[in-house]
Amino acid sequence: MTVTEDLVSYEDALAAYDPVMGLEVHVELGTKTKMFCGCSTELGAPPNSQTCPTCLGLPGSLPVVNAVGVESAVKIGLALNCEIAEWCRFARKNYFYPDMPKNFQTSQYDEPIAFNGYLDVEVDGETFRVEIERAHMEEDTGKSTHVGGATGRIHGAQHSLLDYNRAGIPLIEIVTKPIVGAGAKAPEVAKAYVAELRELIKALGVSEARMEMGQMRCDVNLSLRPIGEEKFGTRSETKNVNSLRSVERAVRFEVQRHAAVLGTGGKIVQETRHFHEEDGSTTSGRIKEEAEDYRYFPEPDLVPVAPSREWVEELRATLPELPRVRRQRLQAEWGISDHEMQSVLNAGAIDPIVATIDAGAPADQARKWWMGELARRANESGTELSALPISAAQVARVCELVAEGTLNDKLARQVIEAVLLGEGDPDQVVEQRGLAIVSDDSALGAAVDEAIAANPAVADKVRDGKIAAAGALVGAVMKATRGQADAGRARELILERLGVQG
Amino acid sequence: MTDLTRLTAAETAAKIASGETSAVEVAQAHLDRIAAIDEKVHAFLHVDSEGALAAARAVDDKRARGEKLGPLAGVPLALKDIFTTEGVPTTVGSKILEGWIPPYDATLTKRLKAADIVILGKTNMDEFAMGSSTENSAYGPTSNPWDLTRIPGGSGGGSSAALASFQAPLAIGTDTGGSIRQPAAVTGTVGVKPTYGGVSRYGMVAFSSSLDQGGPCARTVLDAALLHEAIAGHDPLDSTSIDAPVPPVVEAARNGDVKGLRVGVVKEFAGEGYQAGVMQRFNESVELLRELGAEVVELSCPSFTYALAAYYLIAPSECSSNLARFDGLRYGLRTGDDGTRSAEEVTSLTREAGFGPEVKRRIMLGTYALSSGYYDAYYGSAQKVRTLITRDFERAFADVDVLVSPTTPTTAFPIGERADDPMAMYLADLCTIPANLAGNAAMSLPCGLAPEDGLPVGLQIIAPALADDRLYRVGAAVEAAFTTRWGHPLLEEAPTL
Repeated sequence: MTVTEDLVSYEDALAAYDPVMGLEVHVELGTKTKMFCGCSTELGAPPNSQTCPTCLGLPGSLPVVNAVGVESAVKIGLALNCEIAEWCRFARKNYFYPDMPKNFQTSQYDEPIAFNGYLDVEVDGETFRVEIERAHMEEDTGKSTHVGGATGRIHGAQHSLLDYNRAGIPLIEIVTKPIVGAGAKAPEVAKAYVAELRELIKALGVSEARMEMGQMRCDVNLSLRPIGEEKFGTRSETKNVNSLRSVERAVRFEVQRHAAVLGTGGKIVQETRHFHEEDGSTTSGRIKEEAEDYRYFPEPDLVPVAPSREWVEELRATLPELPRVRRQRLQAEWGISDHEMQSVLNAGAIDPIVATIDAGAPADQARKWWMGELARRANESGTELSALPISAAQVARVCELVAEGTLNDKLARQVIEAVLLGEGDPDQVVEQRGLAIVSDDSALGAAVDEAIAANPAVADKVRDGKIAAAGALVGAVMKATRGQADAGRARELILERLGVQG
Repeated sequence: MTDLTRLTAAETAAKIASGETSAVEVAQAHLDRIAAIDEKVHAFLHVDSEGALAAARAVDDKRARGEKLGPLAGVPLALKDIFTTEGVPTTVGSKILEGWIPPYDATLTKRLKAADIVILGKTNMDEFAMGSSTENSAYGPTSNPWDLTRIPGGSGGGSSAALASFQAPLAIGTDTGGSIRQPAAVTGTVGVKPTYGGVSRYGMVAFSSSLDQGGPCARTVLDAALLHEAIAGHDPLDSTSIDAPVPPVVEAARNGDVKGLRVGVVKEFAGEGYQAGVMQRFNESVELLRELGAEVVELSCPSFTYALAAYYLIAPSECSSNLARFDGLRYGLRTGDDGTRSAEEVTSLTREAGFGPEVKRRIMLGTYALSSGYYDAYYGSAQKVRTLITRDFERAFADVDVLVSPTTPTTAFPIGERADDPMAMYLADLCTIPANLAGNAAMSLPCGLAPEDGLPVGLQIIAPALADDRLYRVGAAVEAAFTTRWGHPLLEEAPTL
């Protein structure tokens, strides 16, 4: 995709304008069944195999609200510090699209289940409060595959295939109030918000919120206003920005694009825009000349949802510790800096580290392995840390073997490699590969004698009191034993042999 | 030999249960009757002879095995073509669903089958239940058995005509603004709109979701009650279905009594537009109720004046959304798909060809009424009127047990007379619409023939929501008294065809 737009530099844009953002995030709930019928929500089934009269919108069919979906929505609302409606209704959003079986979406309009909340996010150690307008329940559409066109879009396609397995999967749409005051940090704030929201959704256990699977999708609305002005500018709506990095890039790009248009006396057109992963640009989608008229009205096929106050309080009481609070607690417990904690978070290492600590490992050791060797290997193989084929218990066992002196760091890395290759538990690997440290004196003694004999000059230095020089002899011993020697014991033996006090 | 088609449903079931006749004989008698006369009446859109005979045989087998039969086992029924029937066409009287074979049974269809009721076929109706004469059917009009040049009411004209011409002793209708009661009134039959939520709407093709209500149609009050009991009750697949026991309608129908009952006559259901003969028979009915021991009071429900206007905003609004799914993509008619046209063009051509003028009119009305900038003035105001009408009913029912009125201002009008005058057509539902807006239960039963044209007149009884049994208690008393007075049921006076 070629960028045809003129851009001004980000710094110049920020010197003249104040960005205002609005983020709309759709989260697919992880309920077993769809929002309004009993069909399975399992991913990956053959097309149209998980459908029924209701989610196909057949004549005569009717919806029934999924109680777990409502519960999830209330939990999300509570976790976002929202008020929970005492009484609210679904509404029909009327518009035509081939992958929407009823040609209206059952959604919520002016009576969302949750409203007026906030989510605190951190950027560079500073807390930024993102205010939440609303969180409401709705259903997903089916999926269209356009065949025969050049771009995979409907334009130019010969025919389209429709899969309604996704139709009716519960969605929660979370809409922020206008985010103002982020200034130059707007892209980071947007990214941090979506990241924090994802952590929160995962912690609540209501969705896996995997953006790459489309379980969480983000629309980025952005406008600029000249610094010092009250009135918001015209916004663009960039649809389906589906990774954290893309959220950041989309905001940055739109800031630069808007500034270029406004700076040359142009006007921003209110329109939807497509985001392009390849180069981080956006291009014009459809222009909204006038606001689309969805002819909302209360859904007459459903009865109102009226969560009792007792039930809401019960749910509030069962909410897990929220991610930010948990991070603050762990950071204090581990005694690490903001920066280190941020790295742990970015690496997706919090849960593996906590699990490893729970399995008995000291915090610093657990952190060291997950953020070091394991992070490196995850990076190399391009997988998530949590997806590596090693369990927290196995990592904890490696830590224990190191603490016992059975392994040193180098051997421990080999053990981890073997576990990742599927060779078994750490103990099995140590046994099978013969990786335990050699520490009995008879086996070590020979290696030490050899090292002294082979390096007489070094030995003399040590004898003369330059104890630091013993390191070279330890190195020789380690090399001779292919790293399996207990380095500490080897050093003791060397000093003993050379008649020096350690 | 007894003519099996002239029996009531209760009598038919008793004869089958006793072995005096078989379900197959009964089904065959009705299929023969349909074959002989439906050419003249056109009550049925689809006759399922095979399915009916198979269901009848199953009943006879059950009896042969000594199994207990339900109160309507083996009784034939005419099903309005608005309920889905697995494997049997369902058109809703529209071209847009021509050829569609539903893959599932409506809850009501399932309950009929579970009660061993024999479904003869699907009856004609105004397209998508929009109309009061069955002239809006895409498959041609149905005739009134009392006078084949006249309408049988609508939208359930196929069901009412099937009953009045002895093609079936039982039928199912749906009532959004009067589509069960008004056809019952003009054909001299009995029709009941249960309390909203009393009968499941799952599998009933939607016209106006907040008003639509399926219900029983029959030739006697007791038959209607037996059918009501078979189809009513909570359905977890319909969120608006009432989760409470079905009112004791059969018991009420067996114990007709109005002694000490307070009956309200609504002032607003009279005046200009009401046929003299209709008012005469209605006033005689009120007199009869007094004679039977009821206390009659006149009362006013001022908001009823706005009911028709509110209805013609709410029903089209909901229909404009409910009918959006008919786009030619997944089922039913598809027009113009020649490989060169876009999906949007094909949808447009399909709707152009598939929807009739009244359906298009209502979709456009509703789309307009829901539009941004007009919503408050139209849909919003209509909902307020609906609330006011509900309050009028509440006030009335604080004072009386039931309300009575003529079911319809006139008797059956000639086919074609109001076809080009939608407003005149809409007036046919003047008295029936308030009960739909408030969700109350209501019945129409015959109260005589209008002297000027010799055509049936209907008496409407309205009860509060959930008090459906009151309709049957009052209806059974009135029916018994009239039958005694006339010396026979009213339908005996209908032409034999």
